Amino acid sequence: MADDGIGADRLGPAGDAFYEQLMAAHEGLSLDQSARLNARLVLILANQVADQTLLAEAISAARDHVANRNQIQEP
Amino acid sequence: MARYDYQPFDCQPPPELKGGEQTCRPVIIVGAGPIGLAAAIDLALHGVACTVLDDNNVVSIGSRAICWSKRTLEIFDRLGVADRMIDKGVTWQVGRLFHRDNEVYSFDLLPEPGHKMPAFINLQQYYVEQYLVERCADFPELIDLRWKNKVTGIQQTGDGVTVNVNTPDGEYELTGEFAMACDGVRSSVRTMLGLGFEGKVFDERFLIADVEMTADFPSERWFWFEPPFHKGQSALLHKQPDNIYRIDLQLSPDADPEEEKKPENVIPRIKAMVGERPFELDWVSVYTFQCARMERFVHGRVIFAGDSAHIVSPFGARGGNGGIQDVDNLIWKLAAVLDKRAPVSLLESYNEERLRGADENILNSARATNFMTPKSDMEKLFRNEVLSLAATMPFARKLVNSGRLSLPCSLEGMPLQSGSNGAPLAAGSPCPDAPLTGGGKNSGWLLNELGGNFTLLHMGAQQRVGLDGMREITVADQQSADAFHDSQGMAAQRYGTGFSYLVRPDQHIAAAFTRPDADAVAAAHDRAMDLG
Repeated sequence: MADDGIGADRLGPAGDAFYEQLMAAHEGLSLDQSARLNARLVLILANQVADQTLLAEAISAARDHVANRNQIQEP
Repeated sequence: MARYDYQPFDCQPPPELKGGEQTCRPVIIVGAGPIGLAAAIDLALHGVACTVLDDNNVVSIGSRAICWSKRTLEIFDRLGVADRMIDKGVTWQVGRLFHRDNEVYSFDLLPEPGHKMPAFINLQQYYVEQYLVERCADFPELIDLRWKNKVTGIQQTGDGVTVNVNTPDGEYELTGEFAMACDGVRSSVRTMLGLGFEGKVFDERFLIADVEMTADFPSERWFWFEPPFHKGQSALLHKQPDNIYRIDLQLSPDADPEEEKKPENVIPRIKAMVGERPFELDWVSVYTFQCARMERFVHGRVIFAGDSAHIVSPFGARGGNGGIQDVDNLIWKLAAVLDKRAPVSLLESYNEERLRGADENILNSARATNFMTPKSDMEKLFRNEVLSLAATMPFARKLVNSGRLSLPCSLEGMPLQSGSNGAPLAAGSPCPDAPLTGGGKNSGWLLNELGGNFTLLHMGAQQRVGLDGMREITVADQQSADAFHDSQGMAAQRYGTGFSYLVRPDQHIAAAFTRPDADAVAAAHDRAMDLG
């Protein structure tokens, strides 16, 4: 994968702090509430990214991955 | 053959119980683990005498701290014990991460060339302690090691400390100017002084086992999330010397530690992991993850170092390494205070600087623990999708957290440090090593020329400042009689040229200069000694 591709690391040293914040945001929520939080977060982040080509790539990468994994798990 | 041969240390009745004279020791060290022993050696190198009291008379039972980082090895090298440790230890740099049946990715700590010490070695704590005890014997006039001497009381006066000691031969009192509490996570000194230890205890427990077996597993760190042999949990395999493998297996929060430790329960778990190859259990323990520290590490004349002061979850190699870095930071200050070259207030900088180190270690360890032990279904979902994405996406690899391995803490911006003057290494940075030649030696290392005392390091042709009592060395890109030769250019890469650095006795930069003069260097030195 190219270094500037959709999966390239852009968080750098902030990655661990981001992950900690994300988990903290979910703390104490039911699964349903957590799913809502995720949906809202995706929408807000998409608006921040704004670039439609990038968003399409991200959606595709995320979806491909889920599909691949299901194939592995259910041969 | 491979099993470690625990030899009890010789216990002598203390002179105080043989009618000997009561002398006030400059430093009393409570606890002869790696931290207390390293402190004793470092004090001896500064010419300061100490008495080390330990309630036991053998080295650590079980491997316990096994993973020693480059910075710790550099400190051990300054103390004169690193060569033995590296010869005996297993040097490693590759880690592999697995999720279920798949290898997610591997990392190579790929030590850059031009460092004397490797990125990490694995060496059982009992060997580390043995080598340190043997090194202590090089200072018979300065280090007084007393085994089976249990501290049962401690009192502070304005200018000293008195401890009550219980021995097989009776009880006695010992006075010192300072006491160091290096007595581990259940510190009795901390308890006797009624001091708190605040932090977070995690629910999960880990089963930890030293397994002796002949196997062709490489010297790599293997970490599994949800391995097929240990459903839904995590596991670690890491090689130690003598064909001993460290195996850590996560247990559920409701596991009963006493039950889990029984061989009939441990052996099937190990078999599931290593298959049918024969093995023997060498040591088993169960531990609870916790991250905690004292509010302060300096309490009057009693100073805490190592696990007595701060505890972190494992998997980051931050416990033993953090403690050795405490020693490195403290001892030159303590020696200067005892010699009346610096005010007692200098010790406050140990408190501040090592609190920063402890907080950094606790932050990283707590994050790794949280990643390993998701608390809710959603956390688990995120964790597993990170692992899944990590197979193809570099950013996700960086989020996978099976322990962020110990790196030295920067002291940048803290009160002892002066300005950096645009130098590549900011004041507060730990000094990186580099190969040198010259100075009367065929080959050498920069770090072997720094440390112990303050040193002014000139990178290039700066005028020496000729400050009284200040060692000055020059590193140049050409051979000359009065300079070390940066023959591979690595010192210049790391330190730049045209800069001079005032290096603290613990090999951290106190100040950097472009055109140093005696006044500026003296001011930076005085600031680093809290003489302002």
